[in-house]
Amino acid sequence: MTCSLGSYAQSAEDKGLAIAKERKLRDSGWGDSTGEMSMILRNAQGDEVERKMRLKSLEITNDGDKALTIFDQPLDVKGTAFLSFSHAIEPDDQWMYLPKLSKVKRIRSRNKSGPFMGSEFAFEDMSSFEIEKYTFKYLRDATFDGQASFVLEQVPTDNDSGYSKQIIWVDKQHYRLLKAEFYDRKDSLLKELVNYEFTLYLDKYWRPMRTEMFNEQNGKSTELVIHQINFNTGLSDNDFNQGTLKNVR
Amino acid sequence: MKTLISLIAFLPTIALAEIEYSGSAAVEQRYFLQDALYPQQERANLSVYFAPELYTRFNDGNDSILFKGFYRFDQQDAERTHADIREFKWIHSGNEWQVQTGISKVFWGQTESLHLVDIINQTDGVESIDGEDKLGQPMVAFSLFKDWGNTTVFVLPYFRERTFSGNDGRLRPPIAIDTDNPIYESEDEEKNIDWAIRWQHTLGDWDVGLSYFDGTSRDPDFVLSTNELLEPSLRPFYPQIQQAGIDVLALMGGWTIKFEGIQRKVMEQDFTAFVGGFEYSFVGLFNSIYDVNWLMEYQYDDREDLTNVVAQNDLMLGTRLVFNDIDGTQILAGIVQDLDYSNVRAGFIEASSRINNHWKWRLDAWLFSSDEPAEPSYLLRRDDYVQFSLEYYF
Repeated sequence: MTCSLGSYAQSAEDKGLAIAKERKLRDSGWGDSTGEMSMILRNAQGDEVERKMRLKSLEITNDGDKALTIFDQPLDVKGTAFLSFSHAIEPDDQWMYLPKLSKVKRIRSRNKSGPFMGSEFAFEDMSSFEIEKYTFKYLRDATFDGQASFVLEQVPTDNDSGYSKQIIWVDKQHYRLLKAEFYDRKDSLLKELVNYEFTLYLDKYWRPMRTEMFNEQNGKSTELVIHQINFNTGLSDNDFNQGTLKNVR
Repeated sequence: MKTLISLIAFLPTIALAEIEYSGSAAVEQRYFLQDALYPQQERANLSVYFAPELYTRFNDGNDSILFKGFYRFDQQDAERTHADIREFKWIHSGNEWQVQTGISKVFWGQTESLHLVDIINQTDGVESIDGEDKLGQPMVAFSLFKDWGNTTVFVLPYFRERTFSGNDGRLRPPIAIDTDNPIYESEDEEKNIDWAIRWQHTLGDWDVGLSYFDGTSRDPDFVLSTNELLEPSLRPFYPQIQQAGIDVLALMGGWTIKFEGIQRKVMEQDFTAFVGGFEYSFVGLFNSIYDVNWLMEYQYDDREDLTNVVAQNDLMLGTRLVFNDIDGTQILAGIVQDLDYSNVRAGFIEASSRINNHWKWRLDAWLFSSDEPAEPSYLLRRDDYVQFSLEYYF
């Protein structure tokens, strides 16, 4: 099934694409999940603020996934819900429910390079991984954190992306994203992401319990800590409808 | 007695369900920049509000009960000191459908400067000048969520009167409005059964809503009358109306196009009003993380009689600056210019930022320029104000 990875006459682009497809394949079929997480925002001086949120996700085959983020902290945005339909090629569809006005507001997803909740994650970093979003190139093999890895370059196909390219480290055994470097539009290193504490779910799906995004240019960082994930929770399309968004808790 | 027994039988399930308690409270200091027009009015005003929220769910989350209360105490204006149940409803959800019963709040529409289509809830007029604060509306609402859109039918069995500043309050006409003696066209008065239907759908980059309302107008007309002391008074008159509405939002590159239009039939007369415009976003201005949005909206109303129509041929220009910082700092500033009278305009600023997880500050300012007695904003010509609020969330 994955024998193409070993063929020696392959171009760097073909090999990169094959690795990316294998990465996507290994993370297919998880269905739906719910989770609780914290986002810890740190400035260059080391001051920190904690955000709390819950996440509901639904896997959509042949398109991007659906995700619903419900904010619990800071308290002034408690009850705010962010609904996102990721798409492979077209811009994501996104809505925000603002409890104060009981208003569901459509968000321009071209704003994808903008910060998510004042963090070092951009909106596009929160979107699901889809093959069509990038062109790939295999660069080299390397060892990261003691794990044999492929190093790939992925260039966003969307001109509205805030990145000129990403360099990613994917481990050879499980095809998990270990590390990513994000380069800004001027091709300077902007951010570095590292995933820690991988945990296995449903005997097949690896999820990092901790993700650190460090901004090389301003010294700020954001840590994403997963407190809990549940799979097979029975979510359906009906849970990701802007009509029910105002009753989300 | 029977109800009491069934209530007691019901209580254990409620007691077992976890009740979430949250809400907000604030202290607001308002300062008016000019001396008042009328002797009872003051220049400074302190006001506080408390808005608790209770929520519980049961039956595997298919049922939930939400309560949102509101109480304001105002230093000067007894009419502005008021309490309201903003929401108190039971939501029952099925697969692709939902029923909401109780007091609720509904928002329809897309534009920023004016909310024409939004008609379910009455405006809580003493709260703010922008009309975005609403009173709780009793209703039964049935919603259907389908591939072809979301449809909701509303039955509204009880009407809420608009609130107005009292004699000691500012932002009012020369004669305070007599909210104790409203006049209704419907012989059922506030018990007239109103109904409405709305369909809303997303088609790619387009969000479209269609709505229809039949019932008591949320916007009153005013009748000059006399009270028991034979002093002149303004009594609100609530006619019956039928209103069809459309609201559209379209994403086009960096542009967001917004439009709302209504056709209303009131007292055997038809009129049309619309508001439309765009928002344009500069993301990451000058290589920073700031976003700057420009807003422009044109407001039109074809009613000749201008007495209570503010937005009849006006242009709103505004800018929203989003700092994208940890504190969520935002500034919205704008101006609404009357295109019929060059000397009639209003300016506003809304700024806010978080202090920490519990506290937030907010600054609001409204400046009115109106030397035109024919315009309703003439009543506010001396009511420019700045308000600083400290909000607490729990």
